[in-house]
Amino acid sequence: MRRVPSVVGGRNLKAGGLAAAMAVLIVFPLVFTNPTVTSIAVFTLLFMASATAWNVFSGYTGYVSLGHATFFGTGAYLFAIVAMRFNLSAGSSLFALVPVAGVAAMVVAVPFGLVALRTRRHTFVVITIAVFFIFQMLAFNLGITQGSSGIQVPTPNWSPWTFNNPFYYVSLGIVVFATAVSYFLRRSVLGLQLLAIREDEDRARGLGVPAGKAKLTAFVLSALPVGMAGAVYAYFLGQIFPQFAFSPLFDLSVVLMALFGGIGTIAGPLLGALLLESLQQYFTFQFSNGDLYLVIYGGLFLAVLLLLPRGVIPTVTDYLSRRRARRSSAPAARDSLTQPIGEPRTSPIAIVTGKAP
Amino acid sequence: MIQAVVDGVLTGGVYALMAAGLTLIFGVMDIINVAQGIFVVLGAYLSYVLSVHLGIDLFVGLLITMPAMFVVGVVVQWVFISRLGERERTAMSILATYAIAIMIEGILGLVFSDNYVELNAWYVTRSYHVFGFYLPYIYVFGFVLAAVLLGAIYLMLYKTRFGASVRASLQDRSAARLVGVNVDRVATITFGIGVAVTAAGGMVYGATNSFNPNTGYDLISRLLTIVILGGLGSIGGALGAAVCMLVLEDVVAVVWSPVWAPFVFFAALVVVLSVRPTGLFGRSSARAQ
Amino acid sequence: MTVILEARGVSKRFGGIHALDGCDIEVAQGTISGLIGPNGSGKTTLFNVITGYERVREGEIRLDGRAITNMTPEAVFRLGIGRTFQLTRVFGRLSVMDNMLVASQHDASWARRAFRKAGSHGERAKALELLEFVDIARLANEPAATLSYGQRKLLEFAYVLMADPEFLLLDEPAGGINPSLINTLAERIRALNKEGRTFLVVEHNMEFVMGLCHNVTVMHHGRTLVSGDPETVRRDPRVLDAYLGGVGEDEEADGADGAGAPGAPVSDES
Repeated sequence: MRRVPSVVGGRNLKAGGLAAAMAVLIVFPLVFTNPTVTSIAVFTLLFMASATAWNVFSGYTGYVSLGHATFFGTGAYLFAIVAMRFNLSAGSSLFALVPVAGVAAMVVAVPFGLVALRTRRHTFVVITIAVFFIFQMLAFNLGITQGSSGIQVPTPNWSPWTFNNPFYYVSLGIVVFATAVSYFLRRSVLGLQLLAIREDEDRARGLGVPAGKAKLTAFVLSALPVGMAGAVYAYFLGQIFPQFAFSPLFDLSVVLMALFGGIGTIAGPLLGALLLESLQQYFTFQFSNGDLYLVIYGGLFLAVLLLLPRGVIPTVTDYLSRRRARRSSAPAARDSLTQPIGEPRTSPIAIVTGKAP
Repeated sequence: MIQAVVDGVLTGGVYALMAAGLTLIFGVMDIINVAQGIFVVLGAYLSYVLSVHLGIDLFVGLLITMPAMFVVGVVVQWVFISRLGERERTAMSILATYAIAIMIEGILGLVFSDNYVELNAWYVTRSYHVFGFYLPYIYVFGFVLAAVLLGAIYLMLYKTRFGASVRASLQDRSAARLVGVNVDRVATITFGIGVAVTAAGGMVYGATNSFNPNTGYDLISRLLTIVILGGLGSIGGALGAAVCMLVLEDVVAVVWSPVWAPFVFFAALVVVLSVRPTGLFGRSSARAQ
Repeated sequence: MTVILEARGVSKRFGGIHALDGCDIEVAQGTISGLIGPNGSGKTTLFNVITGYERVREGEIRLDGRAITNMTPEAVFRLGIGRTFQLTRVFGRLSVMDNMLVASQHDASWARRAFRKAGSHGERAKALELLEFVDIARLANEPAATLSYGQRKLLEFAYVLMADPEFLLLDEPAGGINPSLINTLAERIRALNKEGRTFLVVEHNMEFVMGLCHNVTVMHHGRTLVSGDPETVRRDPRVLDAYLGGVGEDEEADGADGAGAPGAPVSDES
């Protein structure tokens, strides 16, 4: 109760910040017209959407998926195959396939989830890896995917100077969509149930939470934006290959981004992807050596795991709330006496959602 | 067909060895070492260096590479794994070892480039002819080596004091700690042993397949499938699952097509887990989660 | 007097240990019944079986005459059986209020309400009322992990009440909590009992059990030993024998079921 005033203030601040961020994102390609920069921006947005979507399932339930590249690849291949089979000509209208690709990813997610979610947490991780490899192998071996020679996607004949802009805005749209899903889910009955599952699945079931249905729903839902991002990726690159559409690095990247920003928060994956993907793209432009890049990437991942295991956002908000608590010291003091050992003092989730009764 | 079964059993033995290391690490530490695949590749490259540059025989070279991989395992456990928090330990360990794997992949790529290489020795290209079957020397030698090392692990587990500590930790870590087992030391040594066997596995793998730094992905996905099917933490299960799966893969390759063999491998995982979420040989009541 | 819960011939083995060995129990509607017995006598296992956390091959559980054997925990809960755990299990990183809302139940199907905003005005008001009832309403916005052990027990008690269960199973409600809270707790249980709710309470604190319960059942070696009013049970020589003879004998079994983390039955479906 005592937090109410600050929450209201925080809300206005948050709304203002959100509007400002949106404005910056919308004018960005108009200000920075350099195609190299906007192309980095497109990749960054695609990963922001993917990391946010991954978080909707893995962040909220605590079931780590290392198989979301399956959805990314499914979206990419659906886009490429449909465009090729029906001889669709390039242009803005081809973006209409993006939601279709998202739905295709959801369709794949249903049987995937039904099998994988029968198992508990760490077996689940391994199954997601295995299913991911099955799909990569299918892409290599099926006739329809044209194996390792990949598929060419028609390229629009837009001016090279503004070529990236349509991709940029579609990607931005996917980011907004994924963030909205994440935001509303977090406040919904389902979202609360997912968080309860993360804390103690058996207990949640004993309180009437239909864990199986809840997990599957979140899993399928989280496939949607990832499939859409995959489709834009295919269109943007103009060609796809099995090892890039179904890339183990994609799996690892979205986890790293969410982990870096803060798993289970709404802003965390966005921030993580924004920082890491733009950095990564920059590196790729700087050093073309893929192996060196792997070493740097692996090292960065380990550093995050060991030094910032809870992510940037929870660490920072924790620090801020501790400072606030110190200022209004009295009420918090008694609780801290009864605080059990080994638990974080303040819940990252509680803060990011700005809990208002 | 029968040839395929025999091949499957022989290669299955080597996979069993690599998978035993993986499942042992899981059983004792609740850690899934996703880097096991790249460790196998690293082991293969070590053998490659010794044989090509120093002219040391592959099997003799194991006297150097196995201790070397043991040290690698101990260092990785000590520097990275032991520093992970208790909370969500298994999930964190998967991410950490995945990161270690791609770092090693990058380093191997920098040192050896992405070209495929093979290990060579006089026994790699020759075969026994027994009852009309071709049994390449290396398959037989590899199988014997795997059997010897698995036997050594068995003796270590059941006949030594250290083995008793390992088994106690396998059962229940906190209980083992209560009765005076130094669980952290057991964990470190177990991790070392689990990684050391990849030197042997890598040598045999490298002598029977060409490999490059990316081979680790293929290996780890197979090894994970095997240990899950065998029931995480169960060494006997890993042995059974390794042989079953490799036989299945080889038979599919002969009867159907080599292209689909690995696919069947993973499909089997999905099918088995839909029926038995704890794996083929898994205990029916899984450990907590 | 009608029987609300009935267990017949329930058996459960863990490896070679018979945690339950043909256990029979009856709970009459509107009573507060106690369930006591030495460590490892199968009390928590019986709770796990009734609430769907353990599956059994032998025996039958009936609620209001309807078989509920081997139902899932969520189905059992929806039928109106609420349960607390010996070692409290609250959702640590959720606020106390959110803990309450997880347990709130609806008539609408899950699919229809899953995407609605969590916690309607009415639900929040009800949750606050229940938190007042157990005297922790001031902590509503704190993460549950910051609560003391006793406060967590109270929270568990309160969130189970969110669904208005007609039958509550409490596993050592007084264990480990501040003695001054124990009387409050007993009062709350009596108040709820007056509203018509039935209780089955596992408890080691004999004073608490004998003072609170209308009826006490003693378990020993996975079976029902004696059942009757507190005075009768207290005087029965077999009960003393069970406690004196059985102390420490098979603590292991109780440790196993006490932790209440059954993996297998839960992962069998969904």
